[in-house]
Amino acid sequence: MTEPSMTEQVTITINDQQVTVPNGCTVTGALLRQGVDWGRRSVSGDPRGPLCGMGICFECRVTVNGQTQVRGCQLLCQEGMQVRTDG
Amino acid sequence: MASVASVDNQGQAHRVEADVLVIGGGPAGLAASACAAESGKRVVLVDDNPSLGGQIWRGAKASAGDSGDSALWRDRVRHAGVTVLTGTRVVSQLAPHVLLAERDGTGNGTAVQLRFQQLVLALGGRERFVPFEGWTLPNVMGVGGLQALVKGGMPIRDRSVVIAGTGPLLLAVAASLRHAGARVLLIAEQAPLRRLATFSTELLRVPAKLRQAISLQASLYGIPYLTGCYPLAAHGADGGQRLHSVTLRQGSRTWDLRCDYLATGFHLVPNTELAAMLGCSLVDGVVQVDAEQRTSQPTILCAGEATGIGGVELSLIEGQIAGYAASGQLQRDSQRAAALQSARLRWQRFASALNACFALRPELGELAGPTTIVCRCEDVRLGQLDGIDGIEGWRAAKLHTRCGMGPCQGRICGPILAQLRGWPAESIRPPVFPTTIKTLMADFTDR
Repeated sequence: MTEPSMTEQVTITINDQQVTVPNGCTVTGALLRQGVDWGRRSVSGDPRGPLCGMGICFECRVTVNGQTQVRGCQLLCQEGMQVRTDG
Repeated sequence: MASVASVDNQGQAHRVEADVLVIGGGPAGLAASACAAESGKRVVLVDDNPSLGGQIWRGAKASAGDSGDSALWRDRVRHAGVTVLTGTRVVSQLAPHVLLAERDGTGNGTAVQLRFQQLVLALGGRERFVPFEGWTLPNVMGVGGLQALVKGGMPIRDRSVVIAGTGPLLLAVAASLRHAGARVLLIAEQAPLRRLATFSTELLRVPAKLRQAISLQASLYGIPYLTGCYPLAAHGADGGQRLHSVTLRQGSRTWDLRCDYLATGFHLVPNTELAAMLGCSLVDGVVQVDAEQRTSQPTILCAGEATGIGGVELSLIEGQIAGYAASGQLQRDSQRAAALQSARLRWQRFASALNACFALRPELGELAGPTTIVCRCEDVRLGQLDGIDGIEGWRAAKLHTRCGMGPCQGRICGPILAQLRGWPAESIRPPVFPTTIKTLMADFTDR
């Protein structure tokens, strides 16, 4: 990350699990830091991951605070944010 | 100062008025908004990322590796009193001088109405992807894409990366990844050595770029840089859960390389969709502008990569011209205007040489087979598009498959089908980005 301040952390929940990440981390960054398969699949069921990192390809889409189709790569984690990848 | 009316965090729509509205907060947009605002005009700068800087200057603050003057322009924007709206994406036009945008905020989009006298589009460019077997595996990312994701918090320390594509971006990203602790195994540049050698004489004409190239070379010491080298296929492990290795070709030699990440991107394509939707003429796929960066639409200007891929220096110059022109200052200082216009000419020549150098070799158009996915959003494979000729193109593809009808709205597959099948870009219909019905129905009337 360009300017991580390790004393500044943000806690979000991913599928009801609490996760703490450095402030300035995007939602996609937070997901990738966990090193697990979050189940992102193509329309025919193939595993997929983020591609473009800039809000164009939609491979990073997740549900945030109830809102679906949110591009995680362009959204900074905020305290208490609720992310779902199983929507 | 711009007026920001009815700012409301309860999800209600709010209105913003500007003398000069700038869309895009990369180098061109930063330069345009600073120059326009320094004259006292109300300037609003809108960008869909969480921070300004666009792609090349991504991040909340300037980084050590940033080329150009990232910190300087951010400071100028701040000191000039520009109103900045980040996390905000334009979706459609409501009236001749009114745009509709959506603010993501915490993930609940809020509608924003943007009113302007003059509009500067600094939309930037995006990566061009070339499909090959396995390119849709997790951990195959764009070159700029991988860098953006790392800047967004993706861990890369001690992970192995192969960079395969084309353009100066490969080197800049390799240096940045190495600085972040990644093991960059190899850089594969598809352009042949003889073409790159021609380009290096171009570099000699521009001392600043030559210095940059030399310092880049120093930071890449030890990383193999192969020319005339390109990816043939990516291979997965764990049942396709993630990338395992990549097959590369150089001349008659073909070999496999085990890697954690493959960063693959083939130069840039201009983001012209919003300009086209607003009625601006495009020529050869770029927004057409005059000497003052004015488009075919009165009150709309365009600067930066959307007018033709040319790099950060050209974007900064075009942004300044557009900012001065939009605020009515360009002709007031003819010396400054002349200096900017002659600088633009110099950098345009450099950009032409750059684009010619990194033109795609024909072999890249043959990497995709009948089972290779060309439309990622809808999983359409190249073989499904057989029998659809150039004239029919998109219309037939959309009748028979869902190619191009997914959330990326053709931004990834458009350039792919243009390269593989010669299909021209389609006309744009709003919304220019996917949005919510709530945003489209937002009520901006006073209560």
